Amino acid sequence: MTVTTQDIENVATLARLRIAPTEIAEVTDRISSVLQLVDQMQAVDTGDTEPMANPLGEVQRLRADQVTESDQREAFQAIAPAAQDGLYLVPRVID
Amino acid sequence: MHVHTIAGLLSGMAAGQFSSAEITSDYLQRIASQDQQLNSFITVTEELALTQARAADERRARGEGLKLDGIPLAHKDIFCTQGTKTSCGSRMLDNFIPPYDATVIKALNAAGSVCLGKTNMDEFAMGSSNENSYFGPVRNPWDTDCVPGGSSGGSAAAVAAGLAVAATGTDTGGSIRQPAAFCGLTGLKPTYGRVSRLGMVAFASSLDQGGPLTRTAEDAALLLEVIAGVDPADSTSADRPVPRYSEALAQSLAGLRIGLPQEFFGSGLDAGIGSVINAALKEFEALGAQLVEINLPHANLAIPAYYVIAPAEASTNLSRFDGVRYGYRCEDPTDLEDLYTRSREEGFGDEVKRRILVGTYALSAGYYDAYYRKAQQVRRLIQSDYLNAFKEVDVIMGPTTPNPAWAIGSKESDPVSVYLEDIYTLGVNLAGLPAISVPAGLSDRKPVGLQIIGQHFDESRLLSTAHQFQLATDWHTLTPPGFGGKS
Repeated sequence: MTVTTQDIENVATLARLRIAPTEIAEVTDRISSVLQLVDQMQAVDTGDTEPMANPLGEVQRLRADQVTESDQREAFQAIAPAAQDGLYLVPRVID
Repeated sequence: MHVHTIAGLLSGMAAGQFSSAEITSDYLQRIASQDQQLNSFITVTEELALTQARAADERRARGEGLKLDGIPLAHKDIFCTQGTKTSCGSRMLDNFIPPYDATVIKALNAAGSVCLGKTNMDEFAMGSSNENSYFGPVRNPWDTDCVPGGSSGGSAAAVAAGLAVAATGTDTGGSIRQPAAFCGLTGLKPTYGRVSRLGMVAFASSLDQGGPLTRTAEDAALLLEVIAGVDPADSTSADRPVPRYSEALAQSLAGLRIGLPQEFFGSGLDAGIGSVINAALKEFEALGAQLVEINLPHANLAIPAYYVIAPAEASTNLSRFDGVRYGYRCEDPTDLEDLYTRSREEGFGDEVKRRILVGTYALSAGYYDAYYRKAQQVRRLIQSDYLNAFKEVDVIMGPTTPNPAWAIGSKESDPVSVYLEDIYTLGVNLAGLPAISVPAGLSDRKPVGLQIIGQHFDESRLLSTAHQFQLATDWHTLTPPGFGGKS
């Protein structure tokens, strides 16, 4: 599968990454070489093999719907880049 | 002091030969005088270590000694440590002081161990050479021009150089076993789910597993029985009893059926490593084990499957780093989009960005079936190969790595060539199996690791097999020239 610089720019937008215009060619090149490597698996007939998401075949374990944690908001917000009055601050979203 | 193992330090302290405060000070001094050559630590927690060591000595004096009381450990900087920076090797988390301890750290603290500091690593555990760290590369104490392996490269270099008696690591595709092999250590990757992942910064959640890097299998058993077990806060941790691994080490090798995958001894294997591994296998045979040729027909597909699944899971996990709640935030964002994008652009290094892009691509509309679904199907084929092999054999053995440690910078222009170095370790993570790398000899003055792969939750067998080998050989006692003699 070949990828274009346009493909990589689209994926970067989805991933909220920016790639400098001076680097886009090299990044595209390197991503292409990774995709070439992984394309080896296309040669294998996997038929209707069931995809494996968990190596032990486990499914999500659920706990009882009860409060188990105490409020730690202050401790968590103490390490935030910007927080005030219990809220995380970001640039204005709505004018 | 010439004691190098956890077991040795515990018996020395129990006999009153030295205190934890003394050995902790000794290790801190060794870090201060030697680590500028290696760069194995990101943070040294001197004050914390001495406080913990004195507390351990007081407990022991009162006759209340804990299982690992006073044992000085280093922790990979991927494990959250309350009040101590946990960077994960990234600029993104260079300012991150976790408000809680990882379950692994909590368990080791509760057992009385001492934290010497946090070790260097490939950024977000993405790498096999420790060259992808925001804090600079780590050097291999056996040859400081060479990589120590990765991603737990700092942990491996520190233990090999005698800057800690043992260390924690994590293994997503070989990140405990490969640096253990390159640095002449014993490195255990437990069964998926054996050790809680809570507070271990997530890379690929269906593959990640924490474990110990030690000098001996006995020390690995002592650490594993402390860190293993179900954790209500990690729903993927296995709800099964934890055996007393350190009490099962005496199991004899007589009659042990060892499977040798022909795919692991092919043309890609360095000749020097091949002959060291063959000599080790002869030793096992002499100790009563039986060698059986087996096949893992899909073994060569581990690399492509891994490099879809791991980046896909990573791209999802790393979406949490947004410059809002913790970690790096760019200066003067113009709007929310700019805040997200620029914080991530400036906070992540090149390899991490590449993997996020590959993962996002593999999961994006139109490509999901061709990449992610396909890789998960291949993953099942790889696991089936192993499960079939285990119908005939008890353990599987082979080299941990195809080549010895390479020169720092020599693979910089071709990241894919580094991916190929993980050919023997990746399949184990995809299949969720436990595996251990043990020192098997030297090739061209560099350590060689023998990988022993076990059945799910059969860590007891792995550890006893490794221990019996270590009783009969002395490769695990070798120390790198220049770092060997403890004061």
